[in-house]
Amino acid sequence: MTNSIAEIEDAGCVFIIGSNTTACHPLIARRVIRAKEKGAKLIVADPRNIQLSRFADVAVNHRLGSDVALLNGMMHIIIKKGWHAEDYIASRTEGYDALEEMVSRFTPEKVQAITGVDPGDLEEMTRLYATNPPGSLLYAMGITQHTTGVDNVKSCCNLAMLCGYVGVRGGGVNPLRGQNNVQGACDMGGLPNVVTGYQPVADEAVREKFSKAWGAELPAATGLTITDMIPAMLEGKLKGLYVIGENPKLSDPDWNHFNHALKRLDFLVVQELFLSETAQVADVVLAGASVAEKDGTFTNTERRCMRINKAIDPIGNSLADWEIICRLSTAMGYEMRYDNPEEIFDEMAGLTKSYAGMSYARIGLDGLQWPCPDKDHPGTPYLHKDQFTRGKGMFFALDYKDPAELPDEEYPYFLTTGRMFAHFHTGTMTRISPHLDVEQKTGYVDIHPEDAAKMEVRDGDMVVLSSRRGDIEAPVRLTRSVAPGTIFLPIHFGEVPTNVLTNAEAFDPLAKIPEFKVSAVKVHKLVL
Amino acid sequence: MECKLVPSVCSYCGTGCGVLFEVINNKIVGTLPMKTHPVNEGKLCIKGWNLHEHVNSILRLKQPLVKTFGRFMKTDWDEAIQLTADRFKEIIAKHGPDSIGVLVSAKITNEENYLAQKLARAVIGTNNVDHCARL
Repeated sequence: MTNSIAEIEDAGCVFIIGSNTTACHPLIARRVIRAKEKGAKLIVADPRNIQLSRFADVAVNHRLGSDVALLNGMMHIIIKKGWHAEDYIASRTEGYDALEEMVSRFTPEKVQAITGVDPGDLEEMTRLYATNPPGSLLYAMGITQHTTGVDNVKSCCNLAMLCGYVGVRGGGVNPLRGQNNVQGACDMGGLPNVVTGYQPVADEAVREKFSKAWGAELPAATGLTITDMIPAMLEGKLKGLYVIGENPKLSDPDWNHFNHALKRLDFLVVQELFLSETAQVADVVLAGASVAEKDGTFTNTERRCMRINKAIDPIGNSLADWEIICRLSTAMGYEMRYDNPEEIFDEMAGLTKSYAGMSYARIGLDGLQWPCPDKDHPGTPYLHKDQFTRGKGMFFALDYKDPAELPDEEYPYFLTTGRMFAHFHTGTMTRISPHLDVEQKTGYVDIHPEDAAKMEVRDGDMVVLSSRRGDIEAPVRLTRSVAPGTIFLPIHFGEVPTNVLTNAEAFDPLAKIPEFKVSAVKVHKLVL
Repeated sequence: MECKLVPSVCSYCGTGCGVLFEVINNKIVGTLPMKTHPVNEGKLCIKGWNLHEHVNSILRLKQPLVKTFGRFMKTDWDEAIQLTADRFKEIIAKHGPDSIGVLVSAKITNEENYLAQKLARAVIGTNNVDHCARL
């Protein structure tokens, strides 16, 4: 997030696109409701009718994967009406002329043809966002999990910069991250092209700095993303895989394809709390410790680095993940010895500018938000104040592109996927939790009653869902939360493996994020 | 009876709500919201209130496992670590460091992620490091 969670309350307008916030980030949704109570306007754009749609001043269902067209359409109206922040654009941004030229083509009629959004609704949502400063834009995987994921994100930034909402308190472009330490994993260099603090491995000076600190030569070539690792396994180039605290067998697209890839590996090690679907096919399973059994830090979606404290000893003979990694490294001939996680943190902070001013003592109970470059720095509640990190904010003129797969005669329905309120990701932790399991015990498919009538299925009937990748069975849940023509599957349930249907070949060319949010499927009633 | 409250952070989404684990005699019996925390101000969602349940699950792995002839056998840490190290070294010797991939995790701590990518880059010698940010 460019801005902080607490600031959402003070926005003049909250615009939510591609985030089912009450289900996936309930304590951020609370801030949205509080903003509304304080007089903020609320706009929700989502292919489904989510819970927050009911509270919105304007709620639209744009067609799956049509985000760039919708956002360009909003910018078209803003420029036409003169609602854009001219001084801000002139002094703080670049690339405006190309953007203006591009969005001039996205007339409300053209936008309606692509997105299905009524021109009146489009104008009203645009007016609310542009004329109630500051506008806080919130998005999640509904924006990113597309072949045009990067374009979608850039379009969100274009819109916010056009109104001068980036670099101000209460505004910003705010991705809501789905996992407790996904921000931290990225910050720590858990990516194939960067080490800590996004220092590129391609940069010789960076490699030299880390080679010196670590006493080992660093490889220069950018590594493989998870999306690239799958074909590398199939081609026999990737022989060994070390998976820590993840369940890619359930979370990766195209289950059958991925399963086949895992079988080609010579050696698979999984470090886990539970015998997850992925751990079951491993050669070695290392028993890690849970959040309550170790010290360390997590960094949340607003860049706040916070302490976790050891509450109990590791269960059974399990070991904290940092100890396992140290032992493995030492056994491989590179001695890694730390007395505690604080020593590791200090080593990392010494190599990472955005964390350089942090220490366990300073983090305290409330945490510190990066960038925090020195010991006296109070942390940064919002980014790009006075100046963008890169200097000037860059507008990107982006045309609309169709998703990789659209419904056709053979596969007539749109399929989209996501989470539901009681479960987390692949369900490894929540499904064994009695009070969460009781809320939803198994998978289901959401179908609109009109579509169900055409399919001749009723609530609770079993249906077979088929895509070009495979078939799964699921019980039907009739709901008007999905639009006719679109069905929804939650991702948490191994017995209804949603990702049998999704497409591993369709991903954003830059971010390599799979297009989980759009696939084409057919549905028919299961006849026994 | 020893009773304590230990400050921590919820691990069920990226919001980062401050929690207190209720611990009685080295067993976690509950999760409470931290009243003063800047993120959640004393509130939690249904997942947060039940965070401790996965910690106590009887399904937790309690020791390392090694697959022999298609079946998992319980083992000790020395054997599991040595076996893993030997197999990785063997693969590196035969096919080079880029034949290994490391998936770090959005679930583990910053310190652990830092070490995991250090292991990949400095020990194995590959930049094949990624995690589930995209999934």
